[in-house]
Amino acid sequence: MSILVFTILVAVGSFSAGLLGALTGLGGGIIIVPMLTLLFGVDLRYAIGASLVSVIATSSGAAAAYVKEGFTNVRVGMLLEIATTVGALSGAYLAGRIGTGVIAVIFGLVLLYSAYRSTKPLAEHVSMENADPLAIRLRLNSTYPTPNGLQPYAVQAVPAGFGLMFVAGILSGLLGIGSGALKVLAMDQMMHLPFKVSTTTSNFMIGVTAAASAGIYLARGYIDPPLALPVMLGVLAGALTGARVLAHANTKVLRRIFAVVVVVLALEMLYKGVRGGL
Amino acid sequence: MATANGNRRQRWSDHDVDQLLGNLLRIGVIVATIVAASGGMLYLAQHGTEPTGHRVFHGEPSELRHVGSIARAAFSIHAAAIVQLGLVLLIATPVARVAMSLVAFILQRDRVYIVVTSMVLALLIYSLTGGVAG
Repeated sequence: MSILVFTILVAVGSFSAGLLGALTGLGGGIIIVPMLTLLFGVDLRYAIGASLVSVIATSSGAAAAYVKEGFTNVRVGMLLEIATTVGALSGAYLAGRIGTGVIAVIFGLVLLYSAYRSTKPLAEHVSMENADPLAIRLRLNSTYPTPNGLQPYAVQAVPAGFGLMFVAGILSGLLGIGSGALKVLAMDQMMHLPFKVSTTTSNFMIGVTAAASAGIYLARGYIDPPLALPVMLGVLAGALTGARVLAHANTKVLRRIFAVVVVVLALEMLYKGVRGGL
Repeated sequence: MATANGNRRQRWSDHDVDQLLGNLLRIGVIVATIVAASGGMLYLAQHGTEPTGHRVFHGEPSELRHVGSIARAAFSIHAAAIVQLGLVLLIATPVARVAMSLVAFILQRDRVYIVVTSMVLALLIYSLTGGVAG
């Protein structure tokens, strides 16, 4: 295959991943690495490097719109970024120490978890009272816009959320993904942030987390420009297109399709990880 | 009930900061994309017909691994280095965002978040300057 044909195919595949990721709200990053390794035969390390770059692009591109709407809680984001960046640096460090087979197995398990997560709707737990004393001291409690005006909310379980964010950071640095599913778990379910606040704050944080590990991947020579470019442009264009057509899409069916795709990729990653050959 | 920013409004409100951060992120992504894409077109024009080599990992040459050497190679119109420079600008965008947040917290005289944001920024700079590479 010539470089030109390869570039076009990778760009088209990445566009589809970005589109599906945006339409289902699960993020395209998680299927980029399996797509590149399983479909295009790219080495796992190059695939993770390219995926990280695309995660930064979509996160920053989407955050540009989100931040202005007033949902993002910059204080919560910044505080948790300490946990995710330390995690990301540890994950990126580990990625250079453990074999690609182990990374592929961990990747497969994370994919399975994400597929499971995507089929289970979560309940919202917003409350105005009983904030974690730490949340009051750190002034994390805030308001978000609703149709009935600004709604205040109280933040819970700051240490537990911080701990889970560290794990999310490790996975991000190790696998080159945004770890959106874990971040949502920490922020919606543990810290009781409203959905819109946690989604936008998580997105805001993903770019910073990915940038922390991207520096290490760059220095190690894992970021290959001719591969990372079509992946980054494809995912970004797909994500922006997805955000535009979101209102007209039947997301329930799409989420099911996406979940099936993710499970198939997960099983193949597990198989290849155990058997070797990535 | 006091909101997070209600009682400390000084020269900059949280809202102003949000607007500025949004614009910064957008500009960063656009500039990075333009630089990387122009390098990519040049690269394809020069190497488009060659076979691909991503199956085997050999790591990037050292001139494409460090910010300084990437910039030097890019300015001498080395196609892959121009792409890499665009990608470095992209990686730098969230870092600039954190730096901007730090300035905002300083202007708001928010001591706790000046410390928090400085820590995040220090970790990012540590990573980008190759602190834990290897």
